[in-house]
Amino acid sequence: MTRVCVAGAGVIGSLFAAFLSRVAEVSVLTRREEHARALTENGLRVSGRADFVARVSAAAVDPAALPEPELVILASKANDLDALAARLSGSFGDAILMPVQNGLGADEIVARHGDWRLLSSVTFMSGTRHSDTHVEYILDTATWIGPDRGTTGDEAREAAALIAASGLKAEAFDELRPALWSKLIFNATVNAVAALTGLPHDFHFGQLERETDLGHLVRDLIDEGKAVAAAAGVELKEDPWEMNMLATRRGFRHYPSMLEDVEARRTTEVDMITGALVREGARHGVAVPLHTALLRLVKGKEASWE
Amino acid sequence: MTVCVVGCGAVGSLFAANLARLDDVEVWAYDLAREHVDAINRNGLRLTGAGEVTGRPRATSDPAELPPCDFGIVATKAMHTDAAVAATAHAFGNGCVATVQNGLGNEEAIARHCERVIRGTTFPAGKIVAPGVVQWDVKGDTTFGPFEERPAPLAEAERLADACTRGGMPTAAVADARGPQWRKVIFNAATNPLGALTGLTHGRVCEQPPLRRLVTQLVDEGKAVAAAQRIELDADPEELIDYAARPEVAYDHKASMLQDIEARRPTEVDYLNGGIVGFGRRHGVATPGHDSVWALVKGVEASWAQ
Repeated sequence: MTRVCVAGAGVIGSLFAAFLSRVAEVSVLTRREEHARALTENGLRVSGRADFVARVSAAAVDPAALPEPELVILASKANDLDALAARLSGSFGDAILMPVQNGLGADEIVARHGDWRLLSSVTFMSGTRHSDTHVEYILDTATWIGPDRGTTGDEAREAAALIAASGLKAEAFDELRPALWSKLIFNATVNAVAALTGLPHDFHFGQLERETDLGHLVRDLIDEGKAVAAAAGVELKEDPWEMNMLATRRGFRHYPSMLEDVEARRTTEVDMITGALVREGARHGVAVPLHTALLRLVKGKEASWE
Repeated sequence: MTVCVVGCGAVGSLFAANLARLDDVEVWAYDLAREHVDAINRNGLRLTGAGEVTGRPRATSDPAELPPCDFGIVATKAMHTDAAVAATAHAFGNGCVATVQNGLGNEEAIARHCERVIRGTTFPAGKIVAPGVVQWDVKGDTTFGPFEERPAPLAEAERLADACTRGGMPTAAVADARGPQWRKVIFNAATNPLGALTGLTHGRVCEQPPLRRLVTQLVDEGKAVAAAQRIELDADPEELIDYAARPEVAYDHKASMLQDIEARRPTEVDYLNGGIVGFGRRHGVATPGHDSVWALVKGVEASWAQ
C-alpha cells in the first residue's frame, strides 16, 4: 500500500493524512473547495504529541480529480458517513475502503453505496482541529483494524503496519467485532457511570455488598450490552465485567474520557458509544432501558451547560 | 393543645409559625441549630413571601425542656428522623406524632419510639434565609391520616388538621393518607434525581423529551408499586409534574436533591427512590429505573469522599 486517500479531513482525517504522508502518497478528499486549496498550498501542520508540517500530494472535492488509491480511509463524523460514501459511489473501484467511525455499523452504511472491498476499523486516538491546515494530536491511542467484506487478515495487518510506520498506533485483528464489542460494552458502561457520578473508574464499580453498591448497576448495564451482542451474533473477545473487575482491582483510578469531558463541560461522545449500543439494541429487538436512561441523563447534563 | 414541631427547618417553621398564631395552641420548636433557636426566642419566627407571618413558638435544642405534648409534627430531613424522635419521644407519651417529611419510611421510624403515629404529606415549601427567618416559597395542602401499623385515632388526626387549617395551613384528615403521600413521593422520586444528576432545573428536565420520557418511566414504576399495595393515588403525579414545569410555578426550581448535591450534603435519595425500591421488592414489583438512579446518586455522594 503506497497510495492512500483520506476522505473527510476533520480531526481524525487530518491526523491520518498528515502522518501517512510521511510513508505514503496521500491525497485528501474534502467537502469544501477552499479547504482543498489550503491543503494543496500550505500542507498540514501537526502539533501536540508531534510537530511537523506534512505535504499532501493532492486535495480536491471531486474524487475524479484524485489519483487512484489502494486504501481509502473514511474519516467523516459518523452522522456524515452515508453522504460521504454516496459521493464515492462509482469511484475507486479497486481500492479497499476503511471507515474509522466510533460505534458500530459503519461498514454496512458504506456497503450500501458500492461493492468496494472493506476493512473494519475503529480509532481511539483524538485531537483538536485548530484550522483547515492545523491539527493538534492529543490522545495517542490505537486504531484497531480487522478484515471485512472481501479482505483478509493479511490486508488488515498490512494497513496496520503502514499506519504504525507513519508514527500513529495501530493493531490488526483476524476478527475485529469480538474485540470491538467487548470494548464498546465496557466503554459505554464505565464512561456513562463515571460521567454521571463524578467517580473515576475505581473500586466502587466492582462493589456488590450492599444493595445500593454501584457494582449492581455496572453489572446490569454490562448484561444489557451482552444481550445485544448475543442478538447481533457476536461472541465477545473478553467479558466486559471481567475487564471492569481487573481494571478496578489493580487499584487504578482511571479518569474515563467522558468524565473529563463533563468536568470540562465539553460535549461528550455518549452518542457514539452508548448511543451505538442503544441503536444496535433497537435493531436487534433487545430492550436496553438502562443504557437508554444513562444516554438521556448524559445528554441532559450536556444541556445544563449549554 | 400543645404541639411540638420536631426539626424546625423550612417546612417545620411554616407549621410552627402559623400554629403559634392560634390562642388555643401552645407551640414548641425543637431544633439542633442553636442560632436559629436563639433567634426564634429573641425575635419570634418570621415567614416572608407567600405569607407574612410572625409566630412566637418556644424554641429549644434541649429535649428535656419539652413539656408533655398532645401532638408532635416531625419535619426533619428523613435521615434524621430516628435520632430526633428518639430524643423527644418522652414528650409524646400520651400524644400523637405526625410526619410532614419527604419520602417513605418516616412513619416506620417514628413508630419505633411512639405509640400513636399520623401519616402525613405536605406540599408547602420554603427555605431558611437567616436564623429565625424563613422564605415561604410555595403554599399548598397537607393531608393527615392514621398510620396503619401504629395508628393514632382518626379523631386526633382531625383535631391536628383543624388546628393547622385555622393557623393558615390548609389540612385535611382522611382514613387512608397513603394516596397523597405516594403521589408526592412518586413526583419527587421521578424528578429530583434527574435534576440532581444532570444539573437541570425542574422545567428544563421536563422540556427535554428524552428526559421527560425517563420521568414517565420512573412514574410508571412508582405507580405499579403503589397499585401492588392497593394504594389509590389522589391524582396523577404526571399532572403535578407538568403543572410544576410551568414558568410561573417551578420551572426554575432546583430540586432539593440538586441543591444538596451542589452543596455536597447527603441527599434524601434513600427515602425517595430507595423507598420505592424497598416497597417494590416487598410486593414483587421490579423497579429497574429507580434502582439505577438510586445507585447513581449514591455514587455521586461517594465521589465526595475521593
